[in-house]
Amino acid sequence: MADRPGGTLTAYRALLGAQARSQTAYRASFVVDLVGNVGATVFDVLTVLVLFGVTRELGGFTLRETMVIVGLSAFAFATADLLVGNIERIPRYVRTGLLDAVLLRPLGALPQLLLMDLPLRKVSRALFGLAVWVTAVAAADIDWTPARAVLAVAAPAAGVVFFGSVFVATATVSFFWIESGELANSLTYGGRDFTSYPVTVYGGWFRALFAYGLGFAFVSYHPALALLGRADPLGLPQWVSWAAPGVAVVAAALAAGAWRFGIRHYRSTGS
Amino acid sequence: MSVAASQSRTEIIQARGLRKEFTVRVKAGRLRRHKQIRAAVDGLDLRVERGETVGYIGPNGAGKSTTLKMLTGVLTPSAGEVRVCGLRPVAQRTRLALRIGVVFGQRSQLWWDLPLRDSFDLLRHVYRVPAAEHAARLRHCRALLDLDDFLDVPVRQLSLGQRMRGELTAALLHGPEVLFLDEPTIGLDVVSRQAVRGFLDELGRTGDTTLMLTTHDLADIERLCPRLVVIDHGRVVHDGSIADLHERYGSRRLVVAELDAPLPHPPTLPGALLREVAADGRRLVYALESAGVAQVVSGLAGLASLRDLSVVEPDIEEVVTRLYRTPPETTAPAVAGTG
Repeated sequence: MADRPGGTLTAYRALLGAQARSQTAYRASFVVDLVGNVGATVFDVLTVLVLFGVTRELGGFTLRETMVIVGLSAFAFATADLLVGNIERIPRYVRTGLLDAVLLRPLGALPQLLLMDLPLRKVSRALFGLAVWVTAVAAADIDWTPARAVLAVAAPAAGVVFFGSVFVATATVSFFWIESGELANSLTYGGRDFTSYPVTVYGGWFRALFAYGLGFAFVSYHPALALLGRADPLGLPQWVSWAAPGVAVVAAALAAGAWRFGIRHYRSTGS
Repeated sequence: MSVAASQSRTEIIQARGLRKEFTVRVKAGRLRRHKQIRAAVDGLDLRVERGETVGYIGPNGAGKSTTLKMLTGVLTPSAGEVRVCGLRPVAQRTRLALRIGVVFGQRSQLWWDLPLRDSFDLLRHVYRVPAAEHAARLRHCRALLDLDDFLDVPVRQLSLGQRMRGELTAALLHGPEVLFLDEPTIGLDVVSRQAVRGFLDELGRTGDTTLMLTTHDLADIERLCPRLVVIDHGRVVHDGSIADLHERYGSRRLVVAELDAPLPHPPTLPGALLREVAADGRRLVYALESAGVAQVVSGLAGLASLRDLSVVEPDIEEVVTRLYRTPPETTAPAVAGTG
C-alpha cells in the first residue's frame, strides 16, 4: 500500500476531528469545563496584579514590564498544557491498553496519544493567555524593530515548545516509575510559577537550578528583556536574551530522546 | 543462518528461539528486594504458512499474549528472531501495522464516545485505505456480522458481543494478510459467540487471511483450528492437528458397560485398561489401548450379561486439561517448528 503524500497528515487530522466530536458529545458539560478552565490562569495573573498593589517594583521590574513576563508564561504554559499536558496520563494509557492500541497502528505513538486525548476544554485558558500576552506587549511601550517583531512571535512559540518538552520528558519517567506524578508536577507547575515572575526575585541555588539548570529563564524572563531593551540586571550578555528559540529546540530534542528511551523501556518490559 | 535467509516464500510468521524475560522484584525483608528474572516466553520456535489457521493455546500465564505482542511489534523480544510478513515487528512497526490486523479481547481499537460507524471511517484514514476497497469490506462484514442494528450507536453503549463484532470488522477493513486474535470469544453471549466463530471459520476457509488465535474456548478450537500450537511455561509442547494431540497424549475412546449383576472381580481384558468401576460394580469403564471396541465387547460378553453398552469419543477438553497439568520438566520436547 503506497503511502500517498499527505496521507499521514490526513490521518492525524481525522484523529483530531474524532476527539473534537467525542468531547463535544456532552455539550453542556463541555461549556462548563471551558469556562471553569480559565479560572486557574486568571488567578495567576491576578496574583501579580495584587502584588503590585503593595509594591511599585518586583525584582527591579515595573508592572508593565512584569506583565510581559506574565503574559509569555501564561500563554506558553496554557498552550503547552492544552497540546501536550495530558501525556502525564501515561500510567492510565498503559493500564487501559491505549498505548498497546496505538502501537498497533501505522502512525507514531506520541502524536496519536496526544491527539486522542486532547483536552479541548483547555482551549479557553490558552486564549486567555494569548489575550494577556497581546495586551501586555501593547501596553509595554516597546521600541519596535524587525528583530523584536519576530521575537514577539517566536518567543511565545518557543515557550510552548519548551513547556511541551518538560511535559513529555517528565511524563516519560512514569514508564520506569508509575508513581512519578508528583515529581512531574513539581517541574511543570513549578516551572509555570517560576516563569511568572522576573528571575531576579529568586535567589541562590534555587534560581540557578530553575533558571539555568533547567532553562526556565528562557521561557519568559530573557525574551522579555530583549523585547523591552533592558540589560540583564544579573549581568549575562545581551545575546543570551535572544537565545530562547535555540533553547527550545534543544529542549525538544532532549524530550524526544527521553520519549524514545521510555517507549523502548516499555516495549522491553511490558510494564 | 538468519531467519531471513532461510525464509520460504509462503511462510508468513517465523519465530526462532523467541524469548521474553520479565524482571520481577520480590520482597526480601522490610526494604530489600531482589530481582528475579522470569521467562514468559522461553525459546519459542514457530512457523506459520500463508493462509493457515492456527490455534495458539495454553494455560493462563503460559506466554500466549506475550507472544502475540512480540509478533505484532508491541513488545521487543529479549532474544531470538522473528519475522512477520517478512518484516521485523518492532523495527518496522508501522509498515507491519498496515499488513496485519489485531483483535485483543480486552483492548479496544474503537472510539468509545462515537458511533461505531465513525470508528470504521476513522480507521480508513489511519490505514489510508482507498474508499472503494474500504466500502466493499465494510459491506461484507456488515452482512456477515449483523452490524446494521448498532452502527449508529456509540461504542460505549454496545454490548460486549456487539463491540467484539465491531472490533473484528475494525481489524479487517485494511485487508490484513494476518489476523491475530487474543481471546476473541471471551465473555460473549451465545449468539455473538456463534456469529464470531462462524465468521472466523469462513474467513479461515477462504485462505486469503492467515489466522492466529488464542482461546480458552474448546469449541473455538474444534471448529476453527486444523492446527494447534500448545504452549506451556513459554515453550511449545505440541504442534499439530487435534488428532495428533489425542494420539500423543493418550486420549482414549472409552467403552462403558452396564452389567446386570456385578462380577466378583472386574475382568482384565487384553489391549484395554480398566478405568473405573461404578454403581457397585455394575458399571465398568474401559479405555481402549490396542484393542478395538468389538474385542472388548466380546470379551466382556463372554464373562457377564450386559444390559447396556456405550462408546465415548475422546474429548479435547480432557486432553488439554491433562496437558496443562503435566509438570514442565516432564513435558515432551516440541515436535515441530524446530527444523
